[in-house]
Amino acid sequence: MTATTNAPAAPVEVRHVTVVSRKAPIALASFTALFALLIALAPREGSTNFRLASDGDFVTLPALVVPGTATAWVCVVVAAVLTAVAFAYVRAQRKVPLWVSAVFAFALLFGFLAWAGAGSARDFPVSTLIFNTVLLAVPLVFGSLGGVIGERAGVVNIAIEGQLLAGAFTAAIASSLTDSAWAGLFAAMVAGVTVAAVLGVFAITYKVDQIIVGVVLNVLVIGLTSFFYSEVLVPSAERLNSTTRFGPTPIPVLSGIPIIGPALFNQTVVVYIMYLAVPAVWFALFRTRWGLRLRAVGEHPQAADTVGIKVERMRYAGVLVAGAVVGIGGAFYTIVSVSSFNKEMTAGAGFIALAAVIFGKWHPVRAALAGLLFGGASALRNALDIVGAPVPSQFMLMLPYVVTILAVAGFVGQSRAPAADGQPYIKE
Amino acid sequence: MSAESPEPKEQAVAASDDTTAASTEPASSGGDRWREAYFRIISGGWAVSLGAVILAVLAGSLMIMVTDQGVQAALPYFFARPGDTFAAIGSAVGGAYAALFRGAVWDFRADDFAGAIRPFTQSLTMATPLIAAGLGVALGFRAGLFNIGGKGQMLVAAAAGGWVGFGVSMPFPLHMIVAIVAGVAAGAVWAGIAGVLKAFTGAHEVITTIMLNYVAFYLVSYMLATPGLLQAPGSSNPKTPPMQDTAVMPDLLGPRYNLHWGFVFALIAVAFVWWLLNRSKVGFEYRAVGENPDAARVAGINVPRTTVSVMLVAGGLVGLAGVTQVLGTVTTGFSYDIDAGIGFDAITVALLGGSQPIGVLFAAILFGAFKAGGSVMQAAENVPIEIVTVVQALIVLFIAAPPLVRAVFRLPQPGARWTRSSRKEVAA
Repeated sequence: MTATTNAPAAPVEVRHVTVVSRKAPIALASFTALFALLIALAPREGSTNFRLASDGDFVTLPALVVPGTATAWVCVVVAAVLTAVAFAYVRAQRKVPLWVSAVFAFALLFGFLAWAGAGSARDFPVSTLIFNTVLLAVPLVFGSLGGVIGERAGVVNIAIEGQLLAGAFTAAIASSLTDSAWAGLFAAMVAGVTVAAVLGVFAITYKVDQIIVGVVLNVLVIGLTSFFYSEVLVPSAERLNSTTRFGPTPIPVLSGIPIIGPALFNQTVVVYIMYLAVPAVWFALFRTRWGLRLRAVGEHPQAADTVGIKVERMRYAGVLVAGAVVGIGGAFYTIVSVSSFNKEMTAGAGFIALAAVIFGKWHPVRAALAGLLFGGASALRNALDIVGAPVPSQFMLMLPYVVTILAVAGFVGQSRAPAADGQPYIKE
Repeated sequence: MSAESPEPKEQAVAASDDTTAASTEPASSGGDRWREAYFRIISGGWAVSLGAVILAVLAGSLMIMVTDQGVQAALPYFFARPGDTFAAIGSAVGGAYAALFRGAVWDFRADDFAGAIRPFTQSLTMATPLIAAGLGVALGFRAGLFNIGGKGQMLVAAAAGGWVGFGVSMPFPLHMIVAIVAGVAAGAVWAGIAGVLKAFTGAHEVITTIMLNYVAFYLVSYMLATPGLLQAPGSSNPKTPPMQDTAVMPDLLGPRYNLHWGFVFALIAVAFVWWLLNRSKVGFEYRAVGENPDAARVAGINVPRTTVSVMLVAGGLVGLAGVTQVLGTVTTGFSYDIDAGIGFDAITVALLGGSQPIGVLFAAILFGAFKAGGSVMQAAENVPIEIVTVVQALIVLFIAAPPLVRAVFRLPQPGARWTRSSRKEVAA
């Protein structure tokens, strides 16, 4: 600081060097080419019906009927134009704006659905697709939000899976015993915090490698919940493992909006908590003093310590808050989705959430969007089952993961973690 | 705690300077040679490992105790006849661990030596894929790569090796060797995809390997459901035909035992990885990239090429695990659950083994013994096998945190840097 003020008046030329990667347009081009190849090799007859309204809607829209293959080709053209736009941006040494990628993704998705649903006797349920996308994304979004908070504080959380599973387990017991879904939700948060506390003790206090602790905690929680499931929950399933679930709570005016109303605003309370949690986490991390300190201990703990921030206390705070957030996501399984706990019922969702954290570049909103993308992939699978998928179902099921790999390779590329992520802070 | 701690002034000194704390520690400065030897033993690494095992086994006993019905029956009249409770605890816990020992090491109920040693060979059989897969994960760790893709790599390796095993006709040793090579190559290619993506686009290997797990799962599911690929002819089950005798790995100790040549191949892999890491130029490059990729690049190491090569070798090792499963352990045909969670267990094995080849060998044998003993314990004593998972996880967790184990058993720190006051400082 002092060097700048004492420097001679000679203006310092700041050279702006922007390195623009060609990866994004190349990825767009390859997506377009692949899709064109698909519909060229397997053209489908007939038209596709997109059902926009469900029974009992306030406003009933007619179904949108489009010719399948022709619509798909139109989407290919749109995608090709957007690819050209992306190349133009890169030639002009500018980054490809987000809207290009977003419109591109929408065009390809729409084209794919038109192609897949062509000739099917059944309507393609658009509203149900959106509804399920949001619903299935709940544990992934909460998991990734927790992951972002922890990693911003400098603690890698591989144990998201364990926290989700512990949340689901305790939510099941608490909700069954008290007949109250809210009690289940609270118990799940406590469980998430408990796992987080163990993570904190080992990773922060005892400075154990955080990846080791996380991996081991996952195994530990899987073992504990499975053991007590067999020994305690199964023998008295009536009393301990039949939960009271949250029912759908329509929001008065908003749920009457066509298409998105019933999909987004006729959900359970946990989904509404998710809508609030994403901006809340963003605000807490980027607009409050607490968030600034949290990010400081994750980026440069020495510097944070120098200015008087208690590094370990801050990291504990981050890890414990993250545990509570992930716990809510775990509650989804037993008090929203189904009404009983089962062994390993999270089935790797914690790892998908971890992928969403990295995919979202450690930013809460982007990570939540990535979680939504994975949720959408699962929902799409169900929707395509309804219209009858034109390709073997296993390839449909595989698609979201392939797209993720391509997207991570093409768009995200080198993602930068918080600088002190995963490093224990040893005070000098 | 504060009542026990020294004067505040001394505490500050001890906290600010570790060497001061060391010099004021009286335990090591005694001239008595015996005391010094004793001190060295109890501050050594194996004391911590033993302590970790004791703690984990105690925790497991507690879990058996609280869920055992005999104990629950005796507990209500504990104050009238405490002996009953203790007898019930003894029989529950003792019975369970005796069964574990009987299933993992030495069957003391068998009539002859050959029968008594059978459980140990069973443990080695269970350890075989864990050794190979653990080496693959450990190699990744040494090069700074976190390979969570063991599941996918094992699946494609099993598919490739299995296809050669039942679909091609060749004379005995050649057939087996070709099948092994095919499986190892498939595993290498599958992990190599993640390596190439990491090296040339920067895509994080944690995301890509997780996603490749799912892709492999659905790919193998598709092949298992398609006649002419992996599905057994004339069957509609997703299962392959049995392996041809010419491709099966021969029994190592005769037909009475399940132990097969795969164990020998796993041992060869241990020797190979040890040589690779400790004696070869390539291994030096792996470790250099793992320690500090920037320094490695400056020193003239081609980091992208090293990344690809690490993933290829790691995937090949995990592939060997898949091949030993289908050609050695389960030769009657396999389905998409052939990986049996080994890909994830391998992570714990690698961590317990400290990412060292010899360490991985012993860690895998320990886990194999737990697996073999756990199933006997479940059958004989009705204790769910998941308790083994919990004990395994706790062992790794405690071994990873030597300070915790030392604190519990009051073991001194090596170099006697561990004082109560400094621990308090860390906790604050």
